[in-house]
Amino acid sequence: MIVSLAQGKRVGLMATCMIDALSPQTGEAVLRLVEQCGFTVDVPPQQTCCGQPNWNGGDRKGAAALARRTIEIFEPFDYVIVPSGSCGGQLRIEYPAIFANDAQWAERAAAFAHKCFELTSFLVNVAGAAMKPCGSGKIAMHDSCSALRQMAATAEPRKLLREAGYEPLDNPSAETCCGFGGLFAIKYGDVSARMGRDKLDALAATGATTVTACDLGCLIHLKGIAEREGRNLSFRHIAELLAPPEQTS
Amino acid sequence: MSAHKNPRQFPANTREALANAPLQKTLERIKLGFQLFRMAAMQELPELESLRTALAAAKDRALAHLPHYLEQFEKNVIANGGQVHWARSASEAIAIVSRIAREAGVKRIVKSKSMLTEEIGLNAPLIRDGFEVVETDLGEYIIQLRDEPPSHIIAPAFHLSRADVTQSFRTAHTHLDPKRDIDDRKSLVREARQVLREKFLAADLGITGANALIAETGTVCLVTNEGNADLSMTHPRVHVAIAGIEKILPAMDDLALQLRLLGRSASGQRMTVYTSLRSGPRKVGDADGPEAFHVVLVDNGRSQLMRAETREVLRCIRCAACLNHCPVYASVGGHAYGVTYPGPIGAAFQPAISGIAATHHLPSASSFCGRCESVCPAKIPLTRIMRHWREEGFGKGVAETPNANALKLFAFAARHPRLFRATMKLARPFWHLPFGPMAKWRKHRNAPPAPAVLFVARVQQRRKP
Repeated sequence: MIVSLAQGKRVGLMATCMIDALSPQTGEAVLRLVEQCGFTVDVPPQQTCCGQPNWNGGDRKGAAALARRTIEIFEPFDYVIVPSGSCGGQLRIEYPAIFANDAQWAERAAAFAHKCFELTSFLVNVAGAAMKPCGSGKIAMHDSCSALRQMAATAEPRKLLREAGYEPLDNPSAETCCGFGGLFAIKYGDVSARMGRDKLDALAATGATTVTACDLGCLIHLKGIAEREGRNLSFRHIAELLAPPEQTS
Repeated sequence: MSAHKNPRQFPANTREALANAPLQKTLERIKLGFQLFRMAAMQELPELESLRTALAAAKDRALAHLPHYLEQFEKNVIANGGQVHWARSASEAIAIVSRIAREAGVKRIVKSKSMLTEEIGLNAPLIRDGFEVVETDLGEYIIQLRDEPPSHIIAPAFHLSRADVTQSFRTAHTHLDPKRDIDDRKSLVREARQVLREKFLAADLGITGANALIAETGTVCLVTNEGNADLSMTHPRVHVAIAGIEKILPAMDDLALQLRLLGRSASGQRMTVYTSLRSGPRKVGDADGPEAFHVVLVDNGRSQLMRAETREVLRCIRCAACLNHCPVYASVGGHAYGVTYPGPIGAAFQPAISGIAATHHLPSASSFCGRCESVCPAKIPLTRIMRHWREEGFGKGVAETPNANALKLFAFAARHPRLFRATMKLARPFWHLPFGPMAKWRKHRNAPPAPAVLFVARVQQRRKP
């Protein structure tokens, strides 16, 4: 077991609605991974969505309502882990912006923001965790824009992958968006898909056949296009690559 | 200067652009050209971040005291022997330029590249008023021949191939030998230079834009790579510089700062080939220069941007780095936006001058990847400003109503966890309907499989005491 400053602290998992609804196996992997590092993780059942679709859609009222309840639910924890750069960025960067003109909540949101961490940032920078070897092979690393620019979490996933035995590979268009962008993928689907195809070309050019990222949204979008086009690529959230195997008992 | 596409039809415009194979080929030059050029230029500038911070601060200082600096500029232009005109709107600006031309008795006008004159649509009314108007920036000249709007802020004919230009020159330059060889870049440039030189020599009025207005000296600064601004402001007997009020800089030192970033951000050049400064008309003993010098200061919606939510838009120095690094622009090109300023800066600026109802797609059509603001030399928070316009559109109900209603319903459901989870489960059979959001998802992508259980509910079930 790894000893760190975070030991004995209360840790909550904001699962994200995408993992909740579309990929429970990713959520389970996050739990196994964080528990392996010596933490007990709570998954508050009242949690729903962080409100990013509303915030990005111009619905400040809706976004503020969802931000307030998310803060209330997760405030009792010392740390909040979010297995997504995008939702993590919403909690950490955007919540204070939502309440820019609401003195009481602005302060609360700012204090809350400091507790919120994208999963790999938490493991490396807070937990000081080291990965146990659990895999091998080349992995194409996709940086989501929010992990790259909002959370500055690019070194962390690579470090963890290497420790676990993988060989993370960078792609030539690492700074270019894959085209997911939440509702953008639906509202401007044709442009989004074109961006996705460009990204798949770049990821395939690494020579790896497995793609990973800290964000499920990018992966579901890319996977959907790759499957439609019959491309030989598979997609795994980073937690699924790093987590110890499920106990079969 | 011909009509733009309709910005309300942005999604349809993008489909057209994506299906346009020659356009897609020219757009490849963004990644292989502009992006690499900028990166190379910035790698030799270790002080880049502090320069960006300093430029943002200089522009903010100018904007914070905008009336003061504009009046100081006016005073100095007059002291230098020039005249300053103030235009609240596009139509006022057009009327002023037309009146100056009429009163000076000019016939032939040459224009150096100016996005502001594209914004206000200056050429058509001047031509209607009986003036000959010729664009002299090579890119602008080409699109003028083709009667098209620019598709890029610094490279107006970016959407065209060399073969397109050859064809346009053959159609337009009927006085030249039809059998001449103009299939390579060099001979095209030679021919343009030959044709445009005649226009310069015959012109009696030169119209230019301005990259900056220097308050402390009453100077207009212009940068070009072809020398077209130099000739337009030096040779004709009248020079009209027309500029947005946000182009003001307090001092020459601020201009030096802007110039260090402008060329590098735009085209990866340390400096553009020409940097032209003009302060007033020809003075006694000057070898050249115009007899009369006018500056038209244009608002056209800019003062509306002065409020806190959008003010940083006015820091823009029109380098186009945000376009060159925008994955949406790189996918569809400039014409799909249907406005003068395409790309992220247009999404932040254009709603103020064209209204959010007509332009709501522009700030919406972004994945919010944030790359634009990471390369902006003036650190304009483009994402935040685009979000502001989305909010404005949502509040006024101009964004497609089904989307707005869906967002409100979503926020309601997400405040009630049981309802939220029930909805997520119940929605699944509807994923495969031939309409609705999932149908749009499935147009290009397979739908993700629907797991039997929801994650949070499963953990709750498992951990029940």
